[in-house]
Amino acid sequence: MPEIVVEASRAMALGVKLCKPKVIPMYPITPQTHIVEALAEMINNGELQAEMIHVESEHSACSALLGAQAAGVRTFSATSSQGLALMYEILPIISGNRMPCVMAVANRALSAPISIWNDHSDAVSARDQGWIQLWVESTQEAIDTTIQLYKICEDHSVLLPGMLCLDGFTLSHVYERAIVPEQEQVDAFLPEYKPYIKLDPEKPITMGPIAFPNSFMEFKKMQHEAMLQALKVIKNVHDEFAKQFGRAYGDGLLELYRMEDAEYALMGMGTLVGTARVVVDKLREEGQKVGLIKLRSLRPFPKGELINATKNLQGLTVIDRHISLGYEGPLFSDVRSALFESDIRINNFIAGLGGRDITQKHLRKALLSLKERREGGWLL
Amino acid sequence: MIRGLPEEEFFASGHRACAGCGAAIAMRHITKAAGRNTIVVQATGCMEVVSTPYPETAWRLPYIHGAFENTAAIASGIERALKTLGKKYNILVLGGDGATFDIGFGALSGAIERGHNFLYVCNDNGAYMNTGIQRSGATPKYAHTTTSPAGRVIPGKLEWKKPLPFIIASHRAPYVATASISEIPDLYSKIKKGLEIEGPCYVQVFSPCVPGWGIDSAKSVEVARLAVETRICPLYEIEGGILKITKDIKEPKPVEEYLKAQARFKHLSETQIKEIQAFVDGEWTRIKELEEKKCRFY
Ligand SMILES: Cc1ncc(C[n+]2csc(CCOP(=O)(O)OP(=O)(O)O)c2C)c(N)n1
Ligand code: SF4
Ligand SMILES: [Mg+2]
Repeated sequence: MPEIVVEASRAMALGVKLCKPKVIPMYPITPQTHIVEALAEMINNGELQAEMIHVESEHSACSALLGAQAAGVRTFSATSSQGLALMYEILPIISGNRMPCVMAVANRALSAPISIWNDHSDAVSARDQGWIQLWVESTQEAIDTTIQLYKICEDHSVLLPGMLCLDGFTLSHVYERAIVPEQEQVDAFLPEYKPYIKLDPEKPITMGPIAFPNSFMEFKKMQHEAMLQALKVIKNVHDEFAKQFGRAYGDGLLELYRMEDAEYALMGMGTLVGTARVVVDKLREEGQKVGLIKLRSLRPFPKGELINATKNLQGLTVIDRHISLGYEGPLFSDVRSALFESDIRINNFIAGLGGRDITQKHLRKALLSLKERREGGWLL
Repeated sequence: MIRGLPEEEFFASGHRACAGCGAAIAMRHITKAAGRNTIVVQATGCMEVVSTPYPETAWRLPYIHGAFENTAAIASGIERALKTLGKKYNILVLGGDGATFDIGFGALSGAIERGHNFLYVCNDNGAYMNTGIQRSGATPKYAHTTTSPAGRVIPGKLEWKKPLPFIIASHRAPYVATASISEIPDLYSKIKKGLEIEGPCYVQVFSPCVPGWGIDSAKSVEVARLAVETRICPLYEIEGGILKITKDIKEPKPVEEYLKAQARFKHLSETQIKEIQAFVDGEWTRIKELEEKKCRFY
């Protein structure tokens, strides 16, 4: 397994290549572009046997993704921000048709004001559309989770699409050391794509029918149950990956850092977790009993695992890189509802919108806030 | 049944279209022409809604409906996927005039520019019928629709219909044709041709809508025929960029006969009918000229 220094976007592309998607519809948008540019290079150099479709919009990218997957092949696409917003109409159509498409979202703020920089508003706003969302912290995790995500989504007890969320620029454009698995290893882990249903003149079926009020809810209930089932599958696939590749990320849903005897903890998603690790280490050196919870799976949401992970805490501070305007951080809402019956104190900080740096100073202030009886707020 | 056409039905009866629906007649014969080895992609609209009430379906072909404006993009994905699988099926893309002229135009333009191998068939009934007869880019001038009502000040739609077949032909599409549900053998052979010719082909089918046009349900074929005979709906094909009229109308009936047959035009004044006649005459002359001079669309 060669270890290389690689930009996370290229690493993502290498991970995608190992999964052998056959059709890649794409439309450029910063900061996602390096991923599809790398894939285009691989295709045009004959290293990846796939068709790239140079669609005229993200709406069409998402639609072509649906068409290709429905025809019976593994697919991939990537987008960010406005692109994901333009795809929005098709997201629930893909999940409602139970198509296990995989897409990377290099997270970027939504306009206006227009900003090309990172926050989580794009993907978090789309979280209710029936896509599994796995959020990653590092280049290595981006590669590994991509490979896992195909296996999770395609599991016949799941059959849902998946978004691989990586922070725009703060991860997508960062060079890190990473191990790129060998093709044989991935082949042994991820079987060839076998569609559960497909468009086939030998066996004609109707996809995307109209459902009347007497059946619509059953469709949604089945999707929801598949999402809950995905909690197990994400864990199992993660464990299998860990066994075969020797790398693990908590239990696949949550990753806990120095939580053994922690009294206070931070919780967040994406690259801010890397900064938080350093803050936790420093506070530990100062004798503070603090820890860190990284959320990998925003949907499905690992409620039971979170209750378990926090049961000995006195306080939990949730960092949101997005705000539900007029209320609070959406991750905070999820966490507070999951922990409704526990008596931990919980607060929320909004941070890092539109690419604003999240510094050690910010996170130190946030992590000590509950102990020091301070309220949450904005880390400006 | 029209003699000479295959007996096998791929668009089954029992769907929920209105009696006399022109689009349903179109679907039935288009799928006959396409045959068994076909994947259908259909846009949201009347035909999708009436044909797929879960758990029933009128489709005896593999069928996918995604959204209103994205059939050409879904078809792009299907086409490339089949290519990687080494399979070759007809890809039949179906959309209404709203889906095609308006909301899905960008997706269609992009797919044609990319050169995917499919046949796109637009069922042109001249309005958004599924949502209750609203104006589209294909609605004829002065037609009453629910969003371009014939009012005391504004007499229905004020604009001429978008010349979509010419716009598609200018994309270098290898085959573009117009057809009508009143000329089934012609429609049948144009669909066949559009599927046989490699690359993105386009056929626009003129098909009356009973409630939308305000006609008797027994009269839809008759009204469609009047549109052909008055030159309102010229039938032609553009192959390799060269236009050929496929049904010459040497002695056209006055447009008035066509207009008077429909409630959506009942408010028209003499002047407005004259204006429409002059427009139709002008368009026919232009199409004739394109044919005679062998003008190239590309
Ligand atoms: C994005 C979006 N906008 C609007 C609609 C509502 N809508 C559904 S079908 C339709 C009209 C269809 O018109 P047309 O394509 O002409 O087909 P017809 O019903 O006339 O056969 C509209 C406006 C929709 N489904 N999706
Ligand atoms: S409303 Fe018009 S297009 Fe729709 S089913 Fe009825 S006749 Fe056909
Ligand atoms: Mg219409």
